[in-house]
Amino acid sequence: MKKELTLFDKPKNVKILLICFYCSLVVLLIAEFFIHPHPAFYFEQIKGFSAVYGFFSCVLLIFLAKLLRLIVMKKEDYYDR
Amino acid sequence: MTGDLLPPALIFIVAALLVPFLRGKTQSGYMLLIPVVSLLIIMNAPMGRIWTFDFWGYTLIMGRIDKLSLVFGYIFTIMAFLGILFALKVKDNLQHVSAIVYAGATLGVVFAGDFLTLYLFWEIMAVSSTFLILASRTDAARKAGFRYILVHLIGGLFLLAGIVLYIQETGTTAFNYIGLSGTASWLIFIGIALNAAAIPLHAWLPDAYPMGTPTSTVFLSAFTTKSAVYLLIRTFPGTELLIWIGAFMVFVPIFYAVLENDIRRVLAYSLLNQIGFMLVGTGIGSQLALNGAVAHAFCHILYKGLLFMAAGSVLQMTGKIKCTEIGGLYKTMPLTCLFCIVGAASISAFPLFSGFVSKSMVVTATVNENLVLVYLVLQFASAGVFHHAGIKVPFFTFFGHDSGIRAKDPSWNMVLAMGLAAFACIFIGVFPQPLYNLLPFTVDYIPYTGAHVVGQLQLLMFGALAFALLILSGYYPPEIKSINLDVDWTYRKLGTAAYGFLDRTLNAVNRNVEQTLMTVVKGGSGFFRQITVHLVLFFSINLWLLQGYRDKHLALKKQRLYDDVVQGTLPVGIGAAVAVSFVVLIYVLT
Repeated sequence: MKKELTLFDKPKNVKILLICFYCSLVVLLIAEFFIHPHPAFYFEQIKGFSAVYGFFSCVLLIFLAKLLRLIVMKKEDYYDR
Repeated sequence: MTGDLLPPALIFIVAALLVPFLRGKTQSGYMLLIPVVSLLIIMNAPMGRIWTFDFWGYTLIMGRIDKLSLVFGYIFTIMAFLGILFALKVKDNLQHVSAIVYAGATLGVVFAGDFLTLYLFWEIMAVSSTFLILASRTDAARKAGFRYILVHLIGGLFLLAGIVLYIQETGTTAFNYIGLSGTASWLIFIGIALNAAAIPLHAWLPDAYPMGTPTSTVFLSAFTTKSAVYLLIRTFPGTELLIWIGAFMVFVPIFYAVLENDIRRVLAYSLLNQIGFMLVGTGIGSQLALNGAVAHAFCHILYKGLLFMAAGSVLQMTGKIKCTEIGGLYKTMPLTCLFCIVGAASISAFPLFSGFVSKSMVVTATVNENLVLVYLVLQFASAGVFHHAGIKVPFFTFFGHDSGIRAKDPSWNMVLAMGLAAFACIFIGVFPQPLYNLLPFTVDYIPYTGAHVVGQLQLLMFGALAFALLILSGYYPPEIKSINLDVDWTYRKLGTAAYGFLDRTLNAVNRNVEQTLMTVVKGGSGFFRQITVHLVLFFSINLWLLQGYRDKHLALKKQRLYDDVVQGTLPVGIGAAVAVSFVVLIYVLT
């Protein structure tokens, strides 16, 4: 029998992964200063616009989804009753 | 030379009928050969109109070969091959036959040059795909399949009504660009939009697709919606309404995808979101936008198929597919996990994966048209897609909490199908030019610029940061065993309630009307009977008085006659005499 992977059972590995992830975010922010910009609209001239937009899109998405749940969530047997 | 060969649609459909007569490896090889042969025929088909037949004075065009139909023909044939390979070991001929017929009918729709051919294959598509849902053979699947076919038959009727009007107005069955003007075009538009699952005609998709078998959903995800997108690109490009429908579609379903517990339903909602991108491209209608819509459909079929294959593998091997029931599967299903991540990266449009080179064409088209709001919605949705399809699907399935399930990777054919699809996703992402060469218009677009790569990565990675922070802080909405109401509520709950309401109101009206009517009729018949009795008595008594009957004798005769008339025991002769006397009376009076 093949041994199973336990890569993410070790907290150390998860920590390394998270550190790499945070580093990549910093690299992306710095990288923007070294590329030739093609702003689609005037607001894209602001450095880090995409980063801020991406972050708050997801926060808003979760926030609104939680609100939506109050309206649309039903028990699994809703349609069978 | 190829003009003499059968059209690929007929090859698929005729070949499907022989599948049940074959067994084992012969059957497997035979099924895989069908898309290969079709692909060769499509590749060698000359441009223009081929495979035309005369039918009752109409010309059926089964081969309208141009760049637009060819690119869809290629991808549908490739996906049919991958789907058949993935389902190769399924011991259920119903599924094999319906899947192959379904794929064939889709090719029929794509290459149809006239409305009669189109409608024929359109309906074959609806019926054969229903069997793929029913193939699960559960009660829930049976009910969902029933709703699915009803919705599609209604959509088909809209299309048919539109086609009839169209033929009457234009005098031809051939079609190309139609555009929204007049009743016929609206009816056709609604019929096609329903198959494209355009909001608000979308609810059949997340309702029915997650009910398919582990393998049949792969076929379902590829054909119906994208063949409708193809038709919209052909018949309604530049229709502004499509931009708004598309923008709505990229936006709303992602909220549902975040909340859903069933992984395949999450994928179904993200499918709606991806079609939204294609509809925005179709609605804009510029060459770049239409190229983007086509390219995105091409890439989407591959990565969505791949994601449904990964989900199907999990369902097949564990028997479970809900976030609350699975997790930690990377330990024993590493290959499925890897391929799922490739699919997730592609749908999220990560650089070097297929979604990046296609979705960005549509986004850039909105920039060129100066559609700021649509642009912002698409960017919001791009971050959202990464959030639910890119992270949620792999995270809750293969990582997250350890469910304790130790299922292995599926059989070789399923792994191979996923591997080929994953390879295609990466290949297109790294070398987009071969795909760009297939597109209907010349491509003047470079996806890999520094600004685009960094901007897209910022958008995605900071979206991921939000996910990580929300998960770590515990604010992320927990997975709950539940369902979420959608538009199908209108026909599932409201419909049932309406039936009950009609039963109570209209049937009550019915009962009351019947009662009133019966009273009137009874009263009426009593009235007319009494009139007869009294008329008869009136004439008889005068006759008897003349004859000299008096007192008791007269009363007795009166009583006897009354009983006879009321009980209908009057001798026939008397009745006849009365009738004749009436006739005589009338004659005398006139």
